[in-house]
Amino acid sequence: MNNIFKLVWLIPVLPLIGFLINGLGRKSLSKSLSGIIGSGVILGSFVLSLLVFFQVKNVNTATIHFFDFIRLENFKIGFDYKIDQLSSLFLLIITGVGFLIHVYSTSYMHDEENMNFAKYFSYLNLFVFSMLLLVMGGNFVIMFIGWEGVGLCSYLLIGYWFRNTDYTDAAKKAFIMNRIGDLGFLLALFWLITKIGSVQYDVVFSAASLAKLSATDITGITMLLFVGATGKSAQIPLYTWLPDAMAGPTPVSALIHAATMVTAGIYMIARSNALFSLAHQTQTVITIVGLATALLAASIAIKQNDIKKVLAYSTVSQLGFMFLALGTGNYVAAVFHVLTHAFFKALMFLGSGSVIHAMGGEQDIRKMGGLHKHMKITSVTFFIGCLAIAGIPGFSGFFSKDEILAGTFAHSPVLYGVALFAALLTAFYMFRLYIVTFTGTFRGTHDQEHHLHESPAAMTFPLIVLAILSIIGGYVGVPEVLGGHHELASYLSPVVKSAEHHLDHNTEYMLMGLSTILVVISISFAWMKFKNYKVEGEANGFGKVLENKWYVDELYQAAIVNPLKSISAFFNNIIESKVIDGAVNGVGKAVNYSSRQLRWLQSGQVGAYVLLMVIGMLILFFIQLFL
Amino acid sequence: MDIKAYIILSLALFTIGIVGVLVRRNAIIIFMCVELMLNAVNLLLVAFSKMHAMSGVAKASPYFASDAQVFVFFIMVVAAAEVSVGLAIIVMMYRNVHTVDVNFLNRLKN
Repeated sequence: MNNIFKLVWLIPVLPLIGFLINGLGRKSLSKSLSGIIGSGVILGSFVLSLLVFFQVKNVNTATIHFFDFIRLENFKIGFDYKIDQLSSLFLLIITGVGFLIHVYSTSYMHDEENMNFAKYFSYLNLFVFSMLLLVMGGNFVIMFIGWEGVGLCSYLLIGYWFRNTDYTDAAKKAFIMNRIGDLGFLLALFWLITKIGSVQYDVVFSAASLAKLSATDITGITMLLFVGATGKSAQIPLYTWLPDAMAGPTPVSALIHAATMVTAGIYMIARSNALFSLAHQTQTVITIVGLATALLAASIAIKQNDIKKVLAYSTVSQLGFMFLALGTGNYVAAVFHVLTHAFFKALMFLGSGSVIHAMGGEQDIRKMGGLHKHMKITSVTFFIGCLAIAGIPGFSGFFSKDEILAGTFAHSPVLYGVALFAALLTAFYMFRLYIVTFTGTFRGTHDQEHHLHESPAAMTFPLIVLAILSIIGGYVGVPEVLGGHHELASYLSPVVKSAEHHLDHNTEYMLMGLSTILVVISISFAWMKFKNYKVEGEANGFGKVLENKWYVDELYQAAIVNPLKSISAFFNNIIESKVIDGAVNGVGKAVNYSSRQLRWLQSGQVGAYVLLMVIGMLILFFIQLFL
Repeated sequence: MDIKAYIILSLALFTIGIVGVLVRRNAIIIFMCVELMLNAVNLLLVAFSKMHAMSGVAKASPYFASDAQVFVFFIMVVAAAEVSVGLAIIVMMYRNVHTVDVNFLNRLKN
């Protein structure tokens, strides 16, 4: 075993230590100390992850066994780490972006009380710990531990400002929606254990194990895993928690709800690509769900006025693109998009946090405008993020999105058309957001305008780093047609095998040119429409449907929540108060009544007692004699 | 002599005792009836003992043959002691409530 692999256990343990120190010492730690501890442990993990990455790059992979987590007769689940190309890549994303967001948080959360500040960092560290466990786990059970851990931390951090009931409701919504998905994940695990008798990646994905599974098994298991992924990665029908999750502090949205946790579903499917490649029905379902999510969320994002809500729907939409790639068997493209998306979406979330910070908590873009001249760094970095997500050539988003689109085209030109339309919507709503927020004239109050300022260095530094990454991040995956070698694909090739698709170079040039031209047109359209933005009145017609998010929340309310409430009311009013209370109180009443009647036997007269005694003896006498 | 006669006699005495306890209200008479029941049982015990002694079983071990007759003397002694206690209770009852009617003492009811 390589030396660095002996230290691998430290990668998740460091954030855990940070969690313990910050959590236990929250009453005595000063803000700067807990900030340093919180960020420092992540930096330590990042450095170790880098070392691991370079080892893995030299084709050193390892499965490290620590102890038996569950041991039964003939069945064992080890506490294993799997260090390979895929997990090392995710380690870098999580610890790298995580570190930047921790640094950003030290400044963003500075107005919090000491105790809450340390609490915030302890949760954030716990999240990183769980997320690292999720990607490093050597089997599905360890992944599931991390999977649940990130769900818990997401809940804790969404409800961080727990005095606001709306926020805690959003936290509960996220948790419950995730639980629905988790159930699918668990069932898939049970199914795997029943059929294969192991959850170890190496065993499950080996040809011998896969041969044991019938077509039904494979479809069933992959569908259930996908249900788990829809919960965690906010896909139709379980996506509604993610926009509500914006109730949490903005760095949390950047880390958990854009860069890392929501990509857990993509990681899981990419990890299980051996299974998913065999399940064609599931792949079709994933393609359709991903595409539908991408389109639906993009259409909603057009009409949202909350800066974070726009980004949230944008995240849902981008996750939909990733699932589209997974469904078309283009696993490398999905992982690639996870990587680039982590950069530019974290950048934009942090940028929006910077804006919200300057606006004194205001999130409504109708009350912003003209912020560019007040906060140049935020504006420029945000603009780079917009260019990246829109897919302007040269920026990271272009390469990953183009790969997804090309893969989709090879799969089916019709799906490509829909996906391209969603990509155009992406460019449109992102530039609407940028133009309305940063250009034009300020529409807020005079006090707010006076207060506007660029954020401190601890906040702009992560923005600048992420902006640079958003530009250069795509160059790890330059496709052959543009003269690159697609290092990412060759790096991941031992673990993740994408379906081969061959498009001749002319077609690829044509697709790239088409999407670029259309994106530029879409951006210019946004510029024309919003350069003189004035606050509109109530939208009507289709716009109103979009503004109200296709009424999906209302639909769920009517279709699931209300019937559930009626059933609960029925159980409460009828079963609980009539049947159960009736039975319990009835027993009491019966005892009361019969004892009141029996009381009359106690006459207090000696003769009566003796008579009863004699009668009793006679009865016994008769029983003895005649029965 | 036939054992049946003894059984019938003691059954008659016992029944008289029970009926007396049930129907009379005077504590002293009830007490006498209780004694009557006790003596009915004593009589039966002596009768059975005599029958037992004459049967073949007891001939094998004559040493224990008349145990029950000795027993009865013990019972009489204990009964005498018990009578003194019982009479003392009745005397105390009379001193307190100036009656020996047991139905008068019904404070335990309800």
